Amino acid sequence: MKSHYQDPAAAQSIERRTYAIIVDNEPGVLARIAGMFSGRGYNIESLTVTETEHDKHISRLTIITKGTAAVLDQIKAQLERLVPVHRVMDLSTSGPSIERELALIKVRGKGEHRMEALRLATAFGAKPVDATLESFVFEITGASEDVERFISLMTAIGLVEVSRTGVAAISRGAEGL
Amino acid sequence: MSTATARKASKAKTPSQKLSTKDGKAASAPLTMTGAEMVVKALQDQGVEHIFGYPGGAVLPIYDALFQMGGVEHILVRHEQGAVHAAEGYARSSGKVGVVLVTSGPGATNAVTGLTDALLDSIPLVCFTGQVPTHLIGSDAFQECDTVGITRHCTKHNYLVKRIEDLPRIIHEAFYVAAHGRPGPVVIDIPKDVQFKAGTYIGPKDIEHRTYKPRMDGDSTRIEAAVELMSKAKKPVFYTGGGVINAGPEASAALRELVRATGFPITSTLMGLGAFPASDPQWLGMLGMHGTYEANLAMHDCDLMINIGARFDDRITGRIDAFSPGSKKIHVDIDPSSINKIVKADVGIVGDAGRVLAEMLRIWRAKKLKARPEVKDWWGEVKAWRKRNSLAFRNSDTIIKPQYAVQRLHELTRNRDTYITTEVGQHQMWAAQYLHFEKPNRWMTSGGLGTMGYGLPAAIGVQMAHPKALVIDVAGEASILMNMQEMSTAAQYRLPVKVFILNNEYMGMVRQWQELLHGGRYSNSYSAALPDFVKLAEAYHAKGIRCSDPGELDAKIQEMIDYPGPVIFDCVVAKEENCLPMIPSGKPHNEMILPDFAGDIGNVIDAKGRGLV
Repeated sequence: MKSHYQDPAAAQSIERRTYAIIVDNEPGVLARIAGMFSGRGYNIESLTVTETEHDKHISRLTIITKGTAAVLDQIKAQLERLVPVHRVMDLSTSGPSIERELALIKVRGKGEHRMEALRLATAFGAKPVDATLESFVFEITGASEDVERFISLMTAIGLVEVSRTGVAAISRGAEGL
Repeated sequence: MSTATARKASKAKTPSQKLSTKDGKAASAPLTMTGAEMVVKALQDQGVEHIFGYPGGAVLPIYDALFQMGGVEHILVRHEQGAVHAAEGYARSSGKVGVVLVTSGPGATNAVTGLTDALLDSIPLVCFTGQVPTHLIGSDAFQECDTVGITRHCTKHNYLVKRIEDLPRIIHEAFYVAAHGRPGPVVIDIPKDVQFKAGTYIGPKDIEHRTYKPRMDGDSTRIEAAVELMSKAKKPVFYTGGGVINAGPEASAALRELVRATGFPITSTLMGLGAFPASDPQWLGMLGMHGTYEANLAMHDCDLMINIGARFDDRITGRIDAFSPGSKKIHVDIDPSSINKIVKADVGIVGDAGRVLAEMLRIWRAKKLKARPEVKDWWGEVKAWRKRNSLAFRNSDTIIKPQYAVQRLHELTRNRDTYITTEVGQHQMWAAQYLHFEKPNRWMTSGGLGTMGYGLPAAIGVQMAHPKALVIDVAGEASILMNMQEMSTAAQYRLPVKVFILNNEYMGMVRQWQELLHGGRYSNSYSAALPDFVKLAEAYHAKGIRCSDPGELDAKIQEMIDYPGPVIFDCVVAKEENCLPMIPSGKPHNEMILPDFAGDIGNVIDAKGRGLV
C-alpha cells in the first residue's frame, strides 16, 4: 500500500474555486472570514459581500480562491467551522454557474482615440455613463475575462482608472442555495 | 464534549429565589435588571459555581453585582493569564465550562495566551472582558483595546455587546458555543455603559445558536465501513486523543469496551492520556516525539489506524511523507475541518467520539465480529518492541535523575485521588511518560500551544473543582517562574496545591535541542540567578521542601503529600539529562533515538530537520 503523501505537493495542480457563503450579517463577520484566509495562508482572488436578506440580517459573500484540491477542501471546511457561517456552496464543482462582475473604466483621449474607445465599448456592450470632450467613463458587466480584455484594449487607448466590483456568482437552473 | 457538558449544564441547580434578583422579585415575571446583574444572573442560571478573574475599571459594575448578588464564587488571581489557565484546569478536570472575568485593555491582552491555549487544546471557556463605554470605543480611551479584533483569532467565537437587548441571549449562546461541537474559548466584550443599562433578562432555556449546530452522530454507513475495516485488519492500532476526554466519561468507557472487545493495541496522544487505563496490557503508552518505541513503531507498521479524537499534530506524525505508509486510516473527529487536514483519511467520520465509539461497539457486537487471527502475530511484534524498554534510564544513587523523581512521585500518589498538571518542557514529557493515568480528566497539560506557566494556575483551577483531591503541578524551575505569582492565589484560598519542581537550572528542553541542533552552544538556556524556592515558598505562606539526595526522596515526597497546605518541592535533579526516547525533527516514527543511543547525539538531525520546530 502506498502512502498518501508520495507525490510532492508541488506536483498537485492548482485549481480556481468560487464559493458562495451565506453568513449572519453581524459586526466583524467579514474580518472573521478574511482573517481565516490570511491566518491560514490562503489567497483571496476576489471577494464581494452585501446583505441580501435585510429582515434576517443575512449576507452573501462570493469568494474566489486558488489552491490544490486538498487546500480547497480545507478552506471550505474552515469556512463552515466559523460560527456565523450558515453554509458554504462550492459553485465551481456543484454544477453550472454564472459569474459576473461590473467595472467602471475611465478613458482619456481626443479625436480618433476617443471615437475608437466608443466603438470598442459598443462592441463589448459597455455603455458610457459619463462623457467629457476628452474622456469617457464606461460601465461594463460581464465575465471577468471579458472585463480584462476590455481593460487591456482601453490601456492602449488611454486608460486612466479602473474600479471593479469583484465577482458575483450564482448557480444556473431553478434550484436555490 | 458537548454531551457531558450539556447534560451537566441542564442539570445544574436553578438559582435560588433570594439570589436571583437583588430585590427578591419573583422569577416568573419578566426580569428587569442592569447588564452587570444579567451577567451574574446568567452565570447562576448556567450553573456556574466558580469564576476566575481580576477586577479593573471597565468591569467594576459586574464586580459590584457579584458582591451584591452572590451565588457565584469569584477566585481572585494575580494575573489574567493565570485566570484563564485556572479556568482551563477547572474545565478540563470537571467537564464544566470554565469562566473568566477580566477588565478591558491589559486585562484582555493578558488573557490572550490563555485563550489561545484553550483554543488549541479545545477547552470550553467563557471569558467576559470589560470594555470602555460604547461612545468611547475607537477613541484610544484609557485601557481601551480592540478586544474582539485581538481575540478573533484565538477564540472559537467572540462578541462585542453594544445593546443591552442582546446581552442575555449572547451570554447563553456563548455557553452553548463554548461547550458544543469541538469545545473552545468564547469571549464576550461588554462596554461599561451596557453593564449599567437596564434591560429585560431572558433565561437560558431554549437558547441555542441559530446556525451553529454541530453534528453529533456519525454517518452510519461510514461507521459500518470502519467496523468492517477493523474486522479485516491484521495489524490494527487505536490512536486516541483529547477528543475522547472532551466527549465525557461515557466516551472513555465506550473506548475501553471497544478496545477490549477487539483486542487491538492502543496508544494515545499527550492530550488523550487517561481515556484508556495505563495499567491495561493493551496499552502501549503515549506516542509521538517522546512516545514509546512500541507505540511509534505500531503506528508506523500498522495496516489500520483508528484515530478517535486526535488531530495528526506534527508532534505525533513526525515526517509526514513517511507517516504510517502502509495503513488505512479511520479518523473520527467532531470538527469536520480536522479530517483530511494533515493526513488523508480513508474513512472520515464527523461526530462525537463517545457516540461513534458506542455505535462501533454496538455493530461489532451485533455482528459478532472477531479480530483476525493475524492480530495475534501483530501482538508478537508489538511485544518484541515493548521488550526494548524505551523508557529505561540509568539511575544514580548520588544524584536524583528526573525520571526517577517522577517514577517515585507516581508510586507514592497512585493510590490517591490525584490530579496532575504540568508546565511545559522536559518535565512535562517525563510526567507524561512515567505517570500512568487510569482515569480521564486527571491530566491537565498545555499540549497544542505549549504554554510555560500553565501548570500552577491550572492546578489552582483543578483544586477549586476538587477541593479534597491531591493536586500536583509537575514543573520545571523555568516554567514555574512564569506564573509564580499564583502561589499567592493558592495561599488566599487555602488551596493545598503541590508544586513539584524538577530543578535542573536549565530550560531543559531548550538545552536538549541546543545539544541536538546547535553544537551544545547553550545560548541563554541556563538560569544563572534562580530564587531559593524554599524561601520563596515561605514568602508565599507555603511550605518549602528541597531534596537533592535520591535516598531521601521518598520520605520528602511523602512529607509533601501529607502537608495540608500548598507546597513547593524543589527537587534538585541531574542537570544535563536528555528526554528520550525521541523522534528527531524531520524523521519518521521508525527512526527514534532510544535511551541506549551510543552515537553523537549532536549529529542525528540533518540540515532539513534543523529548520523544523
